[in-house]
Amino acid sequence: MSSALDPGHPALDTAAALDPTAAADPVGWTPYRRFDARRLARFLLRRPGLVLSVLVIGAVFAASFAPGLFTSRDPLAGTPAQAFRAPGAGHWFGTDELGRDLYARVVHGTALSLQATLIALGVAFAVGGLLGLLAGFAGRWIDDVLMRCVDVMLSIPALFLSLALVTALGYGTVKVALAVGVASVAAFARVMRAEVMRVRQAVFVEAARSSGARWYSVLGRHVLPNAIGPVLVLATLEFGTAILSVSSLSFLGYGAAPPAPEWGSLISNGRNYLANAWWMTALPGLTIVATVLAANRIARALDGEWARQR
Amino acid sequence: MRRYVLRRLAQAAGVLWAAYTVSFLVLNRLPSDPVTAMAGVGADQAGVDPAQVARLRAEYGFDRPVLAQYADYLGRALRGDFGDSVATGRSVTSTIGDALPQTLLLAGTAMLLAVAAGGGLALAATYTSRRWLRQALLSLPPLGVSVPAFWAGLMLVEVFSFRLRLFPAFGNEGLRGLVLPALTLAIPTGAIIAQVLAKSLLTALDEPYVATARAKGAGRARIHLRHVLRNASLPALAVIGVLVGQLMANSVVVETVFSRNGLGRVTASAVSTQDLPVVQGVVVFGAFVFVTANLAVDLVYPLLDPRIVVAGDRRWSLA
Repeated sequence: MSSALDPGHPALDTAAALDPTAAADPVGWTPYRRFDARRLARFLLRRPGLVLSVLVIGAVFAASFAPGLFTSRDPLAGTPAQAFRAPGAGHWFGTDELGRDLYARVVHGTALSLQATLIALGVAFAVGGLLGLLAGFAGRWIDDVLMRCVDVMLSIPALFLSLALVTALGYGTVKVALAVGVASVAAFARVMRAEVMRVRQAVFVEAARSSGARWYSVLGRHVLPNAIGPVLVLATLEFGTAILSVSSLSFLGYGAAPPAPEWGSLISNGRNYLANAWWMTALPGLTIVATVLAANRIARALDGEWARQR
Repeated sequence: MRRYVLRRLAQAAGVLWAAYTVSFLVLNRLPSDPVTAMAGVGADQAGVDPAQVARLRAEYGFDRPVLAQYADYLGRALRGDFGDSVATGRSVTSTIGDALPQTLLLAGTAMLLAVAAGGGLALAATYTSRRWLRQALLSLPPLGVSVPAFWAGLMLVEVFSFRLRLFPAFGNEGLRGLVLPALTLAIPTGAIIAQVLAKSLLTALDEPYVATARAKGAGRARIHLRHVLRNASLPALAVIGVLVGQLMANSVVVETVFSRNGLGRVTASAVSTQDLPVVQGVVVFGAFVFVTANLAVDLVYPLLDPRIVVAGDRRWSLA
């Protein structure tokens, strides 16, 4: 869509597009500086929320690779006598209708949810990044054709596109992840293309070209390293969005098959007992909220907050 | 201006055609064979009768070349015929048409709520001079963006239906049944509107014309509402165009949570039964809503901001 003030990606910080100083300095690249531990410490000390976010994301990754660190209970085995226990010292998140420990289920569900999120991100990053790179670097008709395709993908609401893909591919965690990933290709393609076009005009690219560097070495050594930053920021932002999309689809029942725990399907199961066991819905949901909130906070820190603080 | 409108209309039609093509390709050409999917509805995939499959294949024209199928389907779609639902046998157009009013009511109410709450929050946060209040207000939208819509709906049901017994937990009846779903749907949308509007309000407040207006003796409220808001509303308007499509999509989830009839329920059940014609109809309809909303936004722009030059006006414009 070629609106006059196209925001591109609605959730993306539009600082790069709106900031007048960014326009004056076409590349906005800062000279290499050595790693400054004191600056990092000062930066983090002033932002306790950011430190907490990093810890939360760290815990989520740890839980998905080594759930044993967080709980020793089996997420699939339950004691029917202990069904519907409210959260307490014995069961931090309470128990479900079969007496399974909900905390263990949430911890073990992290693996599936995170796996789906990372696959979705990987697909969107690889495909969208390549499309954007090609469009921005090749220019001319290739750019026109690719960007018209991206416009079309943007015009179909992401969830509808994911649902169409799920219909075609079938159910399962990986298929849901693919569907979510394909639906967010367009955002990555757009940001990548904008960055490549911005960097392509820089003096050092011209210098490399005129001194006879091959196109692939210009692309790999000069354009890509300077263009990838905002795309990585977008990836952290899309991490949160992908968690929400994946859990929405698995809430609708298109994700992992029932006995396996997954954040979205835990909530969808808890929904059946909403009236008498609030924790079965509330606590897995709060886990999702905390993860997404933490990812978004980190994205905000990466998106200029670090560069602005001197 | 007319040239501009015509060009935008042509663009919109092009995008719709492409959306139709994309959904056709995705649904008819991907690994899952539509015919086995149809024949296998409710039955064990292994026990599908080959004769029945062949008959279905011929009936739907799947035995013909892809291009011929595509041309045939596109021709019918242009005349408003998107085929018949496999599950119910009714036409896709009437299936969507019957479900639409409920969803439009829900999405429209949610959009009004989102604009009012998101806009109000952004205005209040940028207007107040109390630092803590501004911080508190500005910390709400990031939270709203991070909450899964279906979970927010369930929590509202838990509190307002089961605990306080104020609103019904599910169903389509009356205005009371509309409150919770609309509120659920409005949370993510309103949060994004608030974020965008607050950002552009803060940028606009630093503009020189604000200092000029203040020097001329205009009050704070007047500056905020008459000068700044009008200038700052353009990015928010652009984002609303994008959010309309998202709102339709989110209604799939919210209608499932609240067991409401509507487009969302139609979509969810069509996906579950692999009802390809209905899914394709919904996807194309979603693109239609998105394109229409953005067309409307693009046409409103020049009215709000006279500085925007409509490119089609001058024959040889460089813009």
